Amino acid sequence: MSAGSAETRARRSEADVAGRLIAVEGLDGSGKSTQIHLLHQWLRGLGCKVFFSEWNSSVLVKEATKRGKKRQLLTPTTFSLIHATDFADRYERQILPMLKAGYIVLCDRFSYTALARDGVRGCDPQWLRSLYGFSRRPDITFYFALPLEVALGRILDGRPRLKYFEAGMDLGLASDITQSFRLFQSRVMEQYDGLADEFGFVTVDATRPIHEQQELVRGIVGERIDLMQFRTRSQR
Amino acid sequence: MSGKKVFGTPLPGIDLARLDGALIVIEGPDSSGRSTQIGLLGQWLEQQGYSVAQVGLRRSQLVGPEIEAAKRGNVLSPRTTALFYATDFYDQLENRIVPALHAGTVVLADRYIFTLIARAAIRGVDHEWLEALYSKALVPDATYFLSVAAPELVERTFASRAVLDYWESGMDLGVSHDWFDSFLTYQRRMRAEYRRLQQRFGFEIIKASGSVRTVQHELRTRVGAVLDSVLGAAPHRERTTDG
Repeated sequence: MSAGSAETRARRSEADVAGRLIAVEGLDGSGKSTQIHLLHQWLRGLGCKVFFSEWNSSVLVKEATKRGKKRQLLTPTTFSLIHATDFADRYERQILPMLKAGYIVLCDRFSYTALARDGVRGCDPQWLRSLYGFSRRPDITFYFALPLEVALGRILDGRPRLKYFEAGMDLGLASDITQSFRLFQSRVMEQYDGLADEFGFVTVDATRPIHEQQELVRGIVGERIDLMQFRTRSQR
Repeated sequence: MSGKKVFGTPLPGIDLARLDGALIVIEGPDSSGRSTQIGLLGQWLEQQGYSVAQVGLRRSQLVGPEIEAAKRGNVLSPRTTALFYATDFYDQLENRIVPALHAGTVVLADRYIFTLIARAAIRGVDHEWLEALYSKALVPDATYFLSVAAPELVERTFASRAVLDYWESGMDLGVSHDWFDSFLTYQRRMRAEYRRLQQRFGFEIIKASGSVRTVQHELRTRVGAVLDSVLGAAPHRERTTDG
C-alpha cells in the first residue's frame, strides 16, 4: 500500500482548470481571516468571479464533528478523518466545480491546517499527505507568521473561553487548558514552519499593520494571477 | 502470544505486539449468508471456550446518522462517502477491535476494509488512494469470502425480502433504470473487484451456494486451524487432550 503518486495524478489531471486557488494559513490569532476577507472585498470590487470557502464548514459533516467533539470520542485518527470528510465534501461539491468554472477560490485554511494539527497529534505525515492527496495545491498559499507570544496574546487577551480540541486538550500536554493551548500552538507553529518550506508558502509578517500586509497580499495576487481574465463578462 | 501486523505503518498509540487475540474477517455480498454464518461460528467458538466479539460496518456512534442520511438522499460524493465509512471503520478499530484483541478475544468481523475498498473503487475512487486510506488497518489472521453467483443472489434476496436494495443494486451508478439489470451488473462489478482484492491480499474463497451446514462446517474447520496456530489450542480442547 503505497502513498504518494495518487497525489501527483490528482495534480496533473486538474492542472488545467480555468480557475485559481488561493489559501491562507497560520496560527489562531495570526489575522489570516481578516486578510482573506479584505482580499475577497478587493477582488469583488474589481468585478472578479470569486468564491470563499472556510475550513470545517460543510453542513453535512458539521453534526458529526460536533457530536464527536462533544463526547470527546475522537482519537487523532478519527479526528483527522472527520476533517478530511468535511474537506472532501467542500472540495468536490464547491471548490473544484468553482475552479472548473473559472472562479478565483479563496480558502480560509486548506489541507495544511490538517497536516499541521494532525501531525502534532501524532498522525503519520505520509498517511496525511496521501489522505489529502486528491486535492490540487493552491496556486498561492499565504502563511501569516508571527512570534508565538504575540499570537497567544491576541487569543488569550480577547477570548478566554478556549475549546477542548482547539486547546489540544486531547493530547494531555497539560491539565490547565490555557497552558495546554500554549503548548499545542507552539507545536503547531513548528509544523507550519516545516510546511512553509515543503510547499513553498508565501510568508507574510503578521506583526505588520493590517493594511501593509494587505497591500503585500494584493500585490502578489495581482502579480501572479491575470485578474482581467477573471472579471465577469458584464464588466469586461 | 500472537501480535498483529498492519498493511502500512501502525496507528499512533497502538502496540501491535500486545494484541494477543485473533481477527477473523468474513466478507461477501448481501444475502450470501454472512450474518447467519457469523452467528453460528460465534456460538461454536464460545462453546469451545473462546471469548468472542462481533464487529461490522456502520456500527460506530460517530458518523452513523451521516451515513444514514447519505444513503437516503444520495447527496455525498463517492469520496466523501468513503471517508465517512473510513471514519466509522477506524473508530471501531481503535475503540472496539484493538481493545478486544488486547484482551485476547476472537474478533469476528462482518465485512472489513475489502468491501469498503470495493464499493468505493467501482464508484470511481482510485485504488491507490483507498489502499493508503486503509493502510493503518490490522491485517486479519484470516479472511473468508463467501462467494455466491449473481443470479443465485437475486433468488436469495427475493426469498428473504421480496425487493432489491437500492445500494446493493448499484442504482446510484446509473448503469440501468431497470433494477434487475442494474443489480446483476453491480454484483458482477463487485465480484471482479473482490477478485482483484483477493489476488492482492490473498483471502480465502468459500463457495457459499451450499447449505448453511456445509458452509458452517467448512468455516469451523478453517477457523479452528487458524486459532490453533494463532492462540494455541482452545481451553476446551486442551482439557479433552489431557484426559
